[in-house]
Amino acid sequence: MSAIAPDLGSPMAPARPVQARSVLARLLRRPQAVFGLVVIAIIALAAIAAPLVAPYDPQQQFFEGLTLEGAPLAPDGQFWFGTDLLGRDLLSRLIFGAQTSLVIGVVANGIAVFIGALVGITAGYFRGWIGTVLMRFTDLMMSFPALLLAIVLAAIFKPSLWIVALVIAMVNWVQVARILYTETRSLSEREFIEAERSLGAGSGLILWRHILPHLTSTIIVWATLGISTTVLLEATLSFLGIGVQPPTPSWGNIIFENQTYFTTAPWLVFIPGAAILLLSLAFNLLGDALRDILDPTQRGRGE
Amino acid sequence: MTGYLARRLGQAVLILFGITVITFVLLYLLPADPARQIAGRSATAQTVENIRTQLGLNLPLWEQYWRYLTNLLQGNLGRSYLQKTEVSALIASRLPASLLLMAGAIVCELVIGLSMGVLAAVKRGKFTDNALMVLSFIGVSAPQFVIAILLLYVFAVQLGWFPIGGYGTFQHLVLPALTLGLLGAGWYARMMRSSMLDVLRADYIRTAQSKGISGAKVLFRHAIPNAILPIVAMIGIDIGMFMSGIVVVESVFGWPGIGQLAWQAIQRIDIPIIMGVTLVSAAAIVVGNLVADLVAPLIDPRIKLR
Repeated sequence: MSAIAPDLGSPMAPARPVQARSVLARLLRRPQAVFGLVVIAIIALAAIAAPLVAPYDPQQQFFEGLTLEGAPLAPDGQFWFGTDLLGRDLLSRLIFGAQTSLVIGVVANGIAVFIGALVGITAGYFRGWIGTVLMRFTDLMMSFPALLLAIVLAAIFKPSLWIVALVIAMVNWVQVARILYTETRSLSEREFIEAERSLGAGSGLILWRHILPHLTSTIIVWATLGISTTVLLEATLSFLGIGVQPPTPSWGNIIFENQTYFTTAPWLVFIPGAAILLLSLAFNLLGDALRDILDPTQRGRGE
Repeated sequence: MTGYLARRLGQAVLILFGITVITFVLLYLLPADPARQIAGRSATAQTVENIRTQLGLNLPLWEQYWRYLTNLLQGNLGRSYLQKTEVSALIASRLPASLLLMAGAIVCELVIGLSMGVLAAVKRGKFTDNALMVLSFIGVSAPQFVIAILLLYVFAVQLGWFPIGGYGTFQHLVLPALTLGLLGAGWYARMMRSSMLDVLRADYIRTAQSKGISGAKVLFRHAIPNAILPIVAMIGIDIGMFMSGIVVVESVFGWPGIGQLAWQAIQRIDIPIIMGVTLVSAAAIVVGNLVADLVAPLIDPRIKLR
């Protein structure tokens, strides 16, 4: 973003592997990061143990789950978070929906980081015409409004769980590619890489042994931070009805199904909405703390 | 400067060209038969075939693209399959509403974001600072459609201060603009805070303070104007965020802009409209980024053009 080059340290800097234990210790000293970790842990546990912790079957339509007029029930002793438009238990749907939201968020971002790393590192290391073509293509993809592109893609491929993840990955890899391109480029110009090259080391070895270890912190930060974007995108696509399809619950499609009741049964929109916000917020807080700890030169808007 | 400008303009044109190629290929892959859609259910096979020939749908892909591109260069975005109107006319009639919404969103994000940032920087390290920064994180993590429904529920349904949706008066604009602006407000709060902290450390602020100028005067006359400058250049980049946001916000609030137009077209697979809106919004993003890059060095001479 700024035109001022970050301080690259001494030219002969040795590979600096990320030390997991000290990073964790420093994370635990930040209340924001602890909050993020706790929220993610709770949601992940609920998702994994969904059949055990969910009070009811998420698909079961209770006869007593609707009022005599056929309206959803407000939260009470039997249905803690109330029931939805079909008389199903909202809490159970939320817990099973956590599986969908979390899996898609994590998988989509994983694919996005992988594509971004592949494109960014290849372009930054080899440069030449390959680099130019790859980065021009990245610029091109950056100029599309992400949501509009995702909607068009979701409309082309009939949405299933994995297709949704893939669609989200296809619009989210660009920033990772941009950042890793810049970092790889400046790394491969440094003297210790030149030295390796002049000693006859092959590209594969240099990339694996010397470039990649320097990029791990950036990759870890994006692997965390990016999930907050992918979780939001999944929720938005599902809210528009082109993401995860009912009856499979996802936090976005729970809101999609129940939105017409938002004046009379607002909990059906706001409880899943709060869940989406919490998960996205947790990954944002954790990612931001990781960035502070691992990578103090990369701050701000993440461009 | 002129060389730089020429190169950036050239790049922008290339990117726009690339965008036409990608949108064309993507929409060609859509599993829908436009000819059958136009002809309707009761049409004979012969009618469908005639429409297909008329639209050039039986030509090879590259020839269809060539037709599309030559039309585009003449300012012709094609005709809507279902509404039987020129796409350019449809977009032109919807664009003012979207621009109004975005202008409102820019006002919201600047007013909210910048004041949060200034307050946080002044109260650095204190409770207010921490609370504001947590709020800014909530702003960037909140799904826009939930914010939209929440604002509708509280301010339109419960309090009745604003209409529940639609277009026309200032009252109609407030909630959608606020929804669209809150996301950016979170980013601006964080950027303004760090920009303010940089400025407050600068020598000229210390000089001003040591000359005995009052704290408020230093803040409003010296610190804030200098801290705002690098941030104003970012507005161009927001266009990308807005172009995604308007699809959701306009749908929830029934705001008759290009976002709603695109969403309706996607549901009916009206390809020329989808293509037109994608192109217009991508062009807006390219121009926005270009403006941001060109404005930045004018505002801050330390940024060198390369």
